[in-house]
Amino acid sequence: MIFKKKKNEIRRMDLASYWQLVWWRFRRHRMALIGGILLGMFLLITLFCEFLSPYGPHSRNTKYTQGSLMGIHFFDEDFNFHLRPFVYARVNKRDPVTFRLKAEVDTSRQWPIQFFVEGEPYKLWGLFEARIRLFGTEEGFVHLFGTDQLGRDVFSRILYATRTSLSVGAIGVFFAFVLGLIMGGIAGYMGGTVDEFIMRLIEFIRSIPTLPLWLALAAALPREWSALKVYIAVTVILACIGWTNLARRVRSRLLSLRTEEFILAARLSGCSGSRIISRHMLPSFLSYLIVDLTISFPYIILAETSLSFLGLGLREPIISWGVLLFSAQNVRSIVHMPWLLLPSLFVVAAVLAFNFLGDGLRDAADPFAK
Amino acid sequence: MKTVIEVNDLKVHFPLGKRRMFGKPKSWLRAVDGVSFKISKGETFGLVGESGSGKTTLGRAIIRLVEPTDGQVSGEFEGVPVNITDLPQNELRQQWRHMQMVFQDPYASLNPRMTVKEIIGESLLANKLASGKALENKVRSIAELCRLDTQQLSRYPHAFSGGQRQRIAIARALVMHPEFIVADEPVSSLDVSIQAQILNLLKDLQQELKLTYLFIAHDLSAVAYACDRVAVMYLGRIVELASTEKIYYTPKHPYTEALMSAIPDLDPDQPMQPVFLKGEQPNPADPPSGCPFHPRCSYADKDICTNRQPEFKELAKDWFVACHFAQDLNLKGSKDY
Repeated sequence: MIFKKKKNEIRRMDLASYWQLVWWRFRRHRMALIGGILLGMFLLITLFCEFLSPYGPHSRNTKYTQGSLMGIHFFDEDFNFHLRPFVYARVNKRDPVTFRLKAEVDTSRQWPIQFFVEGEPYKLWGLFEARIRLFGTEEGFVHLFGTDQLGRDVFSRILYATRTSLSVGAIGVFFAFVLGLIMGGIAGYMGGTVDEFIMRLIEFIRSIPTLPLWLALAAALPREWSALKVYIAVTVILACIGWTNLARRVRSRLLSLRTEEFILAARLSGCSGSRIISRHMLPSFLSYLIVDLTISFPYIILAETSLSFLGLGLREPIISWGVLLFSAQNVRSIVHMPWLLLPSLFVVAAVLAFNFLGDGLRDAADPFAK
Repeated sequence: MKTVIEVNDLKVHFPLGKRRMFGKPKSWLRAVDGVSFKISKGETFGLVGESGSGKTTLGRAIIRLVEPTDGQVSGEFEGVPVNITDLPQNELRQQWRHMQMVFQDPYASLNPRMTVKEIIGESLLANKLASGKALENKVRSIAELCRLDTQQLSRYPHAFSGGQRQRIAIARALVMHPEFIVADEPVSSLDVSIQAQILNLLKDLQQELKLTYLFIAHDLSAVAYACDRVAVMYLGRIVELASTEKIYYTPKHPYTEALMSAIPDLDPDQPMQPVFLKGEQPNPADPPSGCPFHPRCSYADKDICTNRQPEFKELAKDWFVACHFAQDLNLKGSKDY
């Protein structure tokens, strides 16, 4: 018979552990894979934004304020191919009507882009002195996403903001995770009055409209606090509201797991309480928690962005996506410098990537479901 | 015969309905309501009844996977008597070495994230009975005994079929060489052909390891095949308890009669003559007055059965029935089983 299985044939599936099954299932989810790759890129930016950005976030180029995007070219005016990409030079001319200095493209001169050039000195992760940056120019300057009112490179600033926004998200999610795990764990494990109290507390917190609550909490932060203190306080505020969902999820998983037959069997096997929780319960809902985390990530990022956009979250000199967008608030700057809105694209990309990834993980988390 | 487990007036009541905030529950579900019996060493004690009659709860309460509300369970393992209901948690955990359970659903009772080897060896590890090479050997020998392929022990449960999984579950229960096994519907989620295999395996293991079984089932033919004595449960109480032959051929309780008449005949041309019961099993949270079976019983006397609860008394030697008219009724049994 064709379909007869060889008797001692070992299929790869049979020996696969849980996480292997999860990975095989996840791989089939195209969008989630794309989301994952995108987030990998964001992670690289977060880790190496000093190296990837051509300029420091606060260094000003007085020769090119409010400058527009500078396109990278491989072909010059005469359609000659250049292996090394270049940007056209900019020259400042005075506007004959307003007498303002205005940068204009000078196609006769090219500023070739160099890789691994020595740029402004920086400290990688605040530890290692370095000067090498991924790209830059030896002559002139390159501002891919243009510059703002003060002549700061928008591209570099977005990369630095990515680091801040994602780390606010990560720290916020971490606090929320710990808080949710503890509160949900207590509620689910103790049950009874404690459970009742925690559940009512969660309902209370969730019934408060979030925006006014953020506003109130953020307004309660003393104005004289340093930017770093505000940064930490904002993440904690976001976590204080973000934990409720997770706590509920943990509680319900614990409650349903308690009566699961394999948990009963583990009890009968003489496992201690801690062994049951660590060996049997946690592994079986860890995957769900990971899914929950990826899905709650964008909410924290969005919350931070909207708080900062309203001027109540982070403030200069710390820059996040929300802080960058804060400067794009008035109509004048949008009309004259639409590139200041570019950070919003990053916000959208990050939120979508997290959602796709979470979606794929959710499907993969239960590889035994057909 | 030596008694391994003695159950005395065991009750398990669950709180019911919406609790008033921080208050006591309004009513109780009497899942098990005053059950007494003895199980002697080496026998297979069957427990039958329809869904919701409290079979599973009773089985779990005996080994205290569910805490009993009232009553006593005592056991005797390796010649040492233990009062199971009064054990503190840590001692109970130790006593579980002597009493184990095989669960109904082999898909839910094996942790999908552990290999078969880890699942079977877990209790040895948790009780610090063996480790390393000794653990490996013990797991292997019990797996062989349960007719598992010892080359497949590093696989995960999802690689196995239902029957194989149930054998893994049996191996897990037996690895510490317990004396008493609660088999909670061990075959009801399996194919009929596999059912026979598992029943035979349980029988063989009983001989080899001198096991005592509490065999819970709703499949009457499986019970007839496996059990020495059978107790019939209805609404949290035992209504009849006797040897398998007596229960099947000459039932003394109207409910047992109805159950037995429902066993299909092997000859498809034989017309079935089941005794139909009126209505459904009453809500165990609100049991009828008097005899709990009287609203569905065709022999019920208006006066006595509605008002007085029948005693669970010994009709003949080792034959207990809870019916006012047990002696007077002439009931039909199953033709064959």
